[in-house]
Amino acid sequence: MAVLQIREAINQAIDEEMERDSGVFIMGEEVAQYNGAYKVTQGLWKKYGDKRVIDTPITEAGFAGIGIGAAMTGIGIRPIVEMMTWNFAILAFDQIMNHAAKARYMSSGQFKVPIVFRGPNGPAHMLGAQHSQALESMVAHVPGLIVMTPSTPYDAKGMLKAAIRDDNPVIFMESELMYGVKGEVPEGEYIIPIGKGDIKREGTDVTIIAWTKMVAVALKAAEELQKEGISAEVIDPRTLRPLDEDLILESVRKTNRCVIVEDSWPFASVGTEIAHRIHTKAFDDLDAPVEKINSADIPMPYAENLEHAALPTPEKVIAAVKKVLYR
Amino acid sequence: MKEEKKKTKQPRWTDLNLSNEKLIKMYREMLLIRRFEERAAQEYGKGKIGGFCHLYIGQEATGVGAIAALREDDFIYTAYRDHGLALARGMEANGCMAELFGKATGVSKGIGGSMHFYDLSKGFMGGWGIVGGHPPLAAGSAFATKYQGKDSVTICFMGEASTNQGVFHETLNMAQLWKLPVIFICENNGYGMGTAISRAMAGEHLFEKAAGYEMARGAVNGMDVIEMYREMSVAIERARKENLPTFLEARTYRYRGHSMSDPGQYRTKEEIEEYKKRDPIETFGRELLDEGILKESDIESMDDQIKIEVQKAVEFADASPQPSLDVLHENIYA
Repeated sequence: MAVLQIREAINQAIDEEMERDSGVFIMGEEVAQYNGAYKVTQGLWKKYGDKRVIDTPITEAGFAGIGIGAAMTGIGIRPIVEMMTWNFAILAFDQIMNHAAKARYMSSGQFKVPIVFRGPNGPAHMLGAQHSQALESMVAHVPGLIVMTPSTPYDAKGMLKAAIRDDNPVIFMESELMYGVKGEVPEGEYIIPIGKGDIKREGTDVTIIAWTKMVAVALKAAEELQKEGISAEVIDPRTLRPLDEDLILESVRKTNRCVIVEDSWPFASVGTEIAHRIHTKAFDDLDAPVEKINSADIPMPYAENLEHAALPTPEKVIAAVKKVLYR
Repeated sequence: MKEEKKKTKQPRWTDLNLSNEKLIKMYREMLLIRRFEERAAQEYGKGKIGGFCHLYIGQEATGVGAIAALREDDFIYTAYRDHGLALARGMEANGCMAELFGKATGVSKGIGGSMHFYDLSKGFMGGWGIVGGHPPLAAGSAFATKYQGKDSVTICFMGEASTNQGVFHETLNMAQLWKLPVIFICENNGYGMGTAISRAMAGEHLFEKAAGYEMARGAVNGMDVIEMYREMSVAIERARKENLPTFLEARTYRYRGHSMSDPGQYRTKEEIEEYKKRDPIETFGRELLDEGILKESDIESMDDQIKIEVQKAVEFADASPQPSLDVLHENIYA
């Protein structure tokens, strides 16, 4: 099986979908001639040309809206809009929240909005506060949006293909620090459906829920815990909205304990919602309250030691696991 | 019988190839909008219509003149002052009034409300409530038709206040850069809600905002349905044949407040009266009389017919059911 970086897996997904459907195009800052700020779109401009691989001015709200309007016409257009990072996409949130997410509902189903907004999300490394923040909770809050966030090359490819083919606005959140992460990707076509989570490691004593970069943190913690005889199951929901609640509840019913790890802020986060659902729907199965590990409730500092102190680490996860195990 | 007069002058629309039938249709649409909106105001007062209700009274010529120049496969975007434009696009008074009443038979089945009228089958793309939010969508629609090799155009109505928003400028930049077949019609009614344009905009010449993007631009008398049609025809041709955008400032005036809750204390009665002297419906009606295209009695009976149509729309809206509770969670996702 081929071993690919996440950036290559995403590139393959875009390439294959563009190959398959002439209505698919990609636009964004530096996606064409520069081959992408993170080289995700490497080679696509050369292959497909100006019409379908489009460099935009630095104007996130504007080109997000152009993508939405193009998708809404109902004449077979499926835009992929690359946000250089989700930090910059905040400028486009009016377009995404007020327009893309609501067009179908407000028109009583007259419009479909088949569009993908994708790019890296979450803290990176020593980029300071404006370039290091996890924004999935802000978009997952909005009815009408789908939110997906992959943690492996295999998932990234299959999930993005599902996102591109879907008739709804999909927020696809990657990670700057993970584009070089390698993993096996099979030859040929496969799709990972929206709303389908995955067990990244099986275990029996505690469920650790994590996505994107935090999956690696959770797996590292699970590995360390194993040395102490604690068997941790790591669940990656992959899609945050709609959430694979069944998978999560099934795991928690088995382990009776749960820790959620996310690198977004703690207040009103996706993890808060997951914890609430577990507390209300699996209350009788729990042997301890659900614990949550987040980034510190602060804008991200630049200094390396402070940044490290602000982020979730395997050590913090291990401590939380021991807390829910009363050990 | 009408006395034959030897005319020395051709009508000013001679060069536009407008049939008498089309001229009468344009007049009728303006009158329908006027009567519909007057009635909407009454029904709002009675509590039949909720929320915000932004009336188009005074601005009828802008919408009717522009939309009359379109083809059926063209697209229309607008902001929240959308009832009149929907009627001008041929959406039925029944469905429009029912939407205002929040009924299941409304154009958006009661989910959209006054600010969110849609009819995809007529290319009427709404109906958007965030000032300056929808222009990029209109550019996107033009992008899509060009991408698919169609020669449809998209027109985008917006208020003058939206031209102070950043996204408006982002949109003009890309529309010109990418040569998109879109026409921006800025309905300059002089006030962004209660703030006179002179208090909100640096510079005096609104349409020159498009100069920074080297876009074709100009101002037109938005109180004159023929002038609107004429300028729009030129702009539409440019979009359809050359894939080039246009920014058109339509100078117009709303007689009523920004919305129904606006007492309008920021302007004088004299100012409003001054504009009413240039009323687009009366002015055009007089022209049609002068040209012998309509008779006084035609106008009277047309007005009677329209009043009945609007009355029926009110009765239809009143008698229609509210949306079923079952639809509360429908149509969030496709």
